Formats: sequence, structure tokens, C-alpha cells
Amino acid sequence: MASAREEILQRIRDAKVPPARPVVRGYDRTGPGGVELFAERVADYRAIVHTVTSVPDALKALAGKRIVAPQGVPHEWLIDGVTWLREPLSIEELDRADGVLTGCAVAIADTGTIVLDGGEAQGRRALTLLPDYHLCVVRVDQIAASVPEALQRLEPTRPLTFISGPSATSDIELNRVEGVHGPRTLEVLIV
Amino acid sequence: MARNPVTWLGSPTFPKAAKEALQDTQLRQNLRKATGTIRGRREAAVAEMTDWEQLRVAGEQIKDDVLARLDTLLVQLEESVTARGGVVHWARDAEEANRIVLDLCRAEQADEVVKVKSMATAEIGLNEALEAGGVHAIETDLAELIVQLGDDRPSHILVPAIHRNRSEIREIFQRRMGVEVSDEPADLAEAARVYLREKFLTTRVAISGANFAVADTGSIVVLESEGNGRMCLTLPETLITVMGIEKLVPTWQDLEVFLQLLPRSSTAERMNPYTSVWTGVTPGDGPQRFHLVLIDNGRTATLTDSVGRQALRCIRCSACLNVCPVYERTGGKSYGSVYPGPIGAILTPQLVGDLHDPQAASLPFASSLCGACFEVCPVRIDIPSVLTHLRAEVVEAKGRTAESVAMAAAAWMFREASRYEKAQKAGSLARFLARDGKITSLPWPGSKWTSSRDVPAPPAESFRAWWRKNRG
Repeated sequence: MASAREEILQRIRDAKVPPARPVVRGYDRTGPGGVELFAERVADYRAIVHTVTSVPDALKALAGKRIVAPQGVPHEWLIDGVTWLREPLSIEELDRADGVLTGCAVAIADTGTIVLDGGEAQGRRALTLLPDYHLCVVRVDQIAASVPEALQRLEPTRPLTFISGPSATSDIELNRVEGVHGPRTLEVLIV
Repeated sequence: MARNPVTWLGSPTFPKAAKEALQDTQLRQNLRKATGTIRGRREAAVAEMTDWEQLRVAGEQIKDDVLARLDTLLVQLEESVTARGGVVHWARDAEEANRIVLDLCRAEQADEVVKVKSMATAEIGLNEALEAGGVHAIETDLAELIVQLGDDRPSHILVPAIHRNRSEIREIFQRRMGVEVSDEPADLAEAARVYLREKFLTTRVAISGANFAVADTGSIVVLESEGNGRMCLTLPETLITVMGIEKLVPTWQDLEVFLQLLPRSSTAERMNPYTSVWTGVTPGDGPQRFHLVLIDNGRTATLTDSVGRQALRCIRCSACLNVCPVYERTGGKSYGSVYPGPIGAILTPQLVGDLHDPQAASLPFASSLCGACFEVCPVRIDIPSVLTHLRAEVVEAKGRTAESVAMAAAAWMFREASRYEKAQKAGSLARFLARDGKITSLPWPGSKWTSSRDVPAPPAESFRAWWRKNRG
């Protein structure tokens, strides 16, 4: 008896689907972009957005908190007065943290999205998932105008997380409610 | 061969189920409110895009290309996933897929697994199969949890508990979680968060579906809102992903089309809160064992039908449900399948693949052919044409009759929207032939029909025209 794999592939070939027309990409691959648009669209998801000139100054608001700081977070971000939690961290330790501070890989102006790829200042995925508060620093040069531009900048084989606002659900009468399993507060610092 | 669990055993035919559902005024109220909300929001989300039509065309063409090269692309996907440390399994039908997943759970000695909402696993009846094998599957999506705790069935692709309003949900939560909770959506969401938190932190095996799989990189993509998906895709040691063989896109670049089409069509957002992408296994981050189960379950049979195969372009956004006047009134459960609404009416009978199954064969008739579903479909599935094509096949299967000739003619007419509109205008002329609202004789080929029955006179304005004017 043929394996499931061989049988499925053979059935596909037997279906004799004719070749498709070439794909016409007539859609807009760029977009207006810009910091203002990004800030406005992030805020639309009821995330908190600030445009700042100094990250360390903006972080003073974290005083007294226990905040996860992934590997690669710039040294000057680790200001005094905050208990910085560093890897290795257990699931329980992450769950008990007050929040997490990260950078990002790319951001998207058109959709108000930030993308993490596990690189510098982002850490593994669990770090930005278990703490209830996520503070993400976005550099202006990281903001792509559109979804197509952002995908082009990303390395697809890295573990990627696209984040558009805080955790939410539309499952009750199709109305959006913020805050389910992921961080209930998302704050974005644009530098 | 075992029956395909895509339809629920013992479901009545659509007209019978619909008649019953129409008596339920609470259901109709819940649905009208929910679909009305989402229709307006989707329209606004789409109106903001100047290139929406171009994106739809690209989405259609990319998916057609996938169907034309499915064998090559699947082999390519298998290679890329395997190269990155994943294991690929193939399943001809639901039974085979369920056995593979159960064996994987047993190998991990798991008696409990957490699940991300997945149409593919609902289609194959995975939860029931796992339960029978001693493995309890916990649904973690809020709406799926409402359905599971309420011992209920899903009625919508995106929001399986759309038929429940907030006070009904409150009642289910109080009864099954043993907690006091108000009917505020935020409080209900909080109750679900607390209820599931410990499960996420301790369960070692997760099961997910996939929205897309990228053939050339082996990347799997899951879109979600709540973060339950991220929990399942990140915390457990083992991840099992079940997906239909048609869920492919050829390249990473192709995602740029679907990541724009899907959120706006589905939840009417510019972007859904969370999208996760992973490729095989990443040391030190997320599950260290990854299994991908590719399921056929009627898809290759659907592929052989040159008109019907376009249903395989579907990206499960559920926009067609939200605009459908029939769905809004009868609800999803009347369709007797995990795939309700217009897309269900063409996908379910094709996956079942038996025109003599009275329930599945009744589904292509569950439509007024108003065409609203085609207009909102992000991958331009011409649902009315496929409906009439399948109606003709159902009738044909019963033997060649006047009805089958009429259905074949209708199928030809519906294949072109312009042809249909012209025919409708001609139909309005037929009002002049009618007496007492009935036409007793039509010229050929209509005579084949009127020789055995009267035809009600067409209304002055077609439903399609009315819908466009009032609801479109």
C-alpha cells in the first residue's frame, strides 16, 4: 500500500490543475509611513505611546518595579531604582515580574505594529508574553511604512511575533475588549 | 472508509434545521447584533485601503498558483520544515490525522493538551478522538472555551460562540468555573485569563492549526488576538500543528498580501493583536519538538472539480458569513458543520464528497444567491457560481430531470455575474406574462420547468438589487 504522502501527492497530480496566471502585484508596496502615522495607529489600539528624546529619562517611571530586561538591552537603559530581572529566568519568575522592557526588530506605520524577532534587546518569546506590562522602545529608523516593506526587512526563519496593541478579544458579541492572556498594557516609546 | 466528521453526525438537512432555528428569537437577536457590528467595521477597515481590489486579485492569483503547483510546494514545505528540525506527517483523512496526533500525545505521555483555535482540528473531530484515547484537549480561545464549557457546537468560523450573548456566557462561566462574574465582557475575559493561566504554565503539549505555511522557508503563521495562541506556541515543550494541504503560500513575500487581507476581512482590524511565525525549532526559544500534520480529508477530491476547487482558496476570514442574509437568520449550527455560512455551503459538501448524503447535498441550496459573499471575499471566491454548479451536480446525481436541465442552465448563467444580472432583468419582464402572481407557461427552456409546475412571478426588484441598495 502506498504511503499517505505518496497517495496524496498522486491524487494532486491526477487532479491535473492547469497552470495559473502569473501573479500581478498591482497593490501599493510602500505607503505614506512616518512617525506620526505610526504613533497614531498604535494609539488606536489603546496602547500608550510617547515620543521621547532620552530613553533613560522616560524609564524613571518604572522606579520600584521588577522589570525583565532581555540580553542586549543597552547598559544606559538599566537605570537605578528599578529591579532588573536578567536571564536565566524561570516561567514562574517571568509570571511574577511586573513588566518587561524590550527593543524591537521592525515596526509598521500603516498598521501600528511592532515586530520582535528574538534578537538584541528582545529575548526569547516567553519574556514578552508572561509579564502583564510590555514597554517597547522603537527607534525611528526601525519604522517601515507598510506591511510589504516590513516583511522585506525581516528574516523569516527567526521566531517572529507581530504585536498590534495589547492582548484583546472580539469573542463576546464581536466587540473588542482589551486584555486577555497576553500583556494587558502595551506602552511604546518612540526614540 | 469512515465518514468525514466535517459534518456532524445526525444533523438534519439545512431546510429542516433552518426552520427550527428561525423559531429562536434570542438567537436571531444575538446574530443580528453581532453580524451588524462587524459588517460596519469591516467596511470601514476596507474603505481605508485604496488598493483593496488589487490585493484581492493578488490573493486570488497566489492561491490559484498554490493549487496549480500543490504537489511541488508541499514537498518543498516538507523539506524546509525538516531542515529546521521539524517532523512532517501526512494524513489522507480525519481518522488517520487523529491517530497520528493521538500517538504523538501518547509518546509525550501527555493526558492533557492545550489547543489554539483551529478549523482543521475541528473539521477532523480531533478533540473527540483524543478524548476517546484518554487525552483531554483544553480549548484556550475564549469563544472555543465558551463552546466547550457549554457542551455546545460552534456556529461561526471566527467566533464560534457568536450565537451567545454576554449574559448567556456569564451563566456558562459561573456554572462551569464555579466563580462569581458579571456580564461585562472585560470581566468575562478576566475570568478566562485566570481559569487558563495555570494550564498554560504547566501543560507540556500544545496543538495548533495554521493560517499560512510558507513553502520556501518552512515558516508557519498563526494569527490571533488574545495571546492564548502565543502561550500555546511558546511555553509547551512539544507543538503539534495540524493544517490542510491547501494552506500554503509559495514565498515569504506572498504573506505581504494575506497579512493585509485577513485581519481587515476577519476582525475588521488593520492588524490583529498577535501574529506568530516560527520555522521548525529554535534552540532556546519555544517548543523543542515540532510536528506538522498535513491533512487531505477531501481536499484532493475538491481539487479535481474545475469550478469547485476555488473553495480551496479560502483563508477562513468569515467575512462571507457576516454579510449573508441567510446566515444572519438561521445561524451557523443549521449548516450542520464546522464550516457554516456561504463558504460552508460550498466547502462542506465538497469535502464530504457524497452527493447522495442528504444533509451535505442540501447545503448548496442554503443561499439566496444575492452575491454579497463574493463581493467581500478577500480571495475572490465566486461563491454563487460554485453554489449553482453544486446544485446542478446534486440534481444530476438524482437522475436527469427537468430540474437537472434547469439547474445546469442556472449554473451556466451564474458563472458570469453580468449574465446573471441580465437574466434577472429579463425575469422582471416575465412579470408581464404572469397572472395572479404565477407563471403557468414559459418559453423553452423554461417550458421544461413550467410543464410540471407553476413559477412564482419574479419580484419587481431582484433580491440582489435590493440587498445592494439597502445593505451593501
